[in-house]
Amino acid sequence: MRFDLMYESFFKIIQGIPLTLEVVFLSTIFGLFFAIIIALMRVSENKLLSNPAYYFIYVIRGTPLLLQLFFIYYGLAQFTFIRESFLWFFLEDPLFCGILTLTLSTAAYSAEIIRGGMQSVAPGLIEAASSMGMSKMQRLRKIILPITIRQALPAYGNELILMVKATSLISIVTLMEITGIARTIISKTYAPVEIFIVAGSIYLLINFLITRLIKFSENKLNHGTIQ
Amino acid sequence: MMELLTFGDTGWGDELLLSMVMTILVSTSSLAFGLLIGTIFASFKLSNSYILKTIAEFYTTVVRGVPELLVIYLLFFGGSGAVMYVAKIFGHMGYIELSPFTIGTIAVGAISGAYSTEVIRGAILAVPKGQFEAARTLGMKKYALSFTIIFPQVARLALPGIGNVWQVTLKDTALISVTGLVEIMRQSKIAAGSTHEPFLFYTVAIILYLFITSISYQFFNRAETKFSKGFVREDA
Repeated sequence: MRFDLMYESFFKIIQGIPLTLEVVFLSTIFGLFFAIIIALMRVSENKLLSNPAYYFIYVIRGTPLLLQLFFIYYGLAQFTFIRESFLWFFLEDPLFCGILTLTLSTAAYSAEIIRGGMQSVAPGLIEAASSMGMSKMQRLRKIILPITIRQALPAYGNELILMVKATSLISIVTLMEITGIARTIISKTYAPVEIFIVAGSIYLLINFLITRLIKFSENKLNHGTIQ
Repeated sequence: MMELLTFGDTGWGDELLLSMVMTILVSTSSLAFGLLIGTIFASFKLSNSYILKTIAEFYTTVVRGVPELLVIYLLFFGGSGAVMYVAKIFGHMGYIELSPFTIGTIAVGAISGAYSTEVIRGAILAVPKGQFEAARTLGMKKYALSFTIIFPQVARLALPGIGNVWQVTLKDTALISVTGLVEIMRQSKIAAGSTHEPFLFYTVAIILYLFITSISYQFFNRAETKFSKGFVREDA
């Protein structure tokens, strides 16, 4: 074990934390927004809404994230009409492509989690709400969503951890987040074990904090319910 | 554009098909290796030994909390070194290099194993206690009990979970492309680079992966039906 090297590389690797967290934060926010829309489409009785949602989830969940990233970053760049349009301003940026890929990915996975949560809402509750004269929107906002959030939270916590891990892929498109910096140091020093311990501990710490945060919110939301 | 996908010297059809075989091979061997690790660590987690429990807990926490790519880099850069270190203890000197396939199988297998551990642990716990007690009452020894009574039931109960682990493992093998193993991801990247048709080849890669996931989904569904013959589904 080369402890001096671990100490030195620790200060280099922590410089990647802001980028990792930025990508996690942005993709999670946008992803959650799309996930709610996709989940609502997926449970809709209208085939024109539920089918696109179904196929979107099918394709995203059935293919590797790295392939999705390459498809968006390299694949779309092939077309001249894309390179000449305003879209190119975004698509030529690896950071934008990384965030876009992770957003789409988490949107698909989270949509399934949200759908599962929605379907766990007892039909009696919805019937009771409509018999009290609540409109569809009111039922969604006041009855369905709060219960869904509580039901879906543990699974969503897992999804957040998968997201933190998934950000490591953007290092393959030249972005220097935690894994990117770790890889550079490994290929220079050939000390894979030491660097793995340093970078791995940082990820474990981030994920530990997320787990705590989710547990804390679970306890808050479960306040007054019988487990 | 489509002539790029034909078989033979001018097209990439045969190369892509071969890479698909490679993806299936490396995924299968990773899953098998993962199940082996998973069975061992699941028994650690359920043992009475504090040390074994801690080791298993440490393994699953680290592997599930650290990016897959980092695990692959660890084994890609450190795998040969570790093997040579062990070989030295046994008196073997000289250079040993692991093939990308071996490194990939070990890396993805180690990741897959952490998820398998939880699946198998859950399945063992789901076997009714009465089964253990009845077998012991009949005078069965520990190993006979494990292999003839518990193992078949664990296999049936773990099957849906293993199906999920398989899908994750299959997708994780795309990351081995960074070590140079020519599977779907790597092959489509090579083809995209040399023809300047990334859109076409990444689309083909997406279709190949969806093909494998759909087929294996059907396979696991059938296996589940077959294995649950004679059992009433509790959730029905």
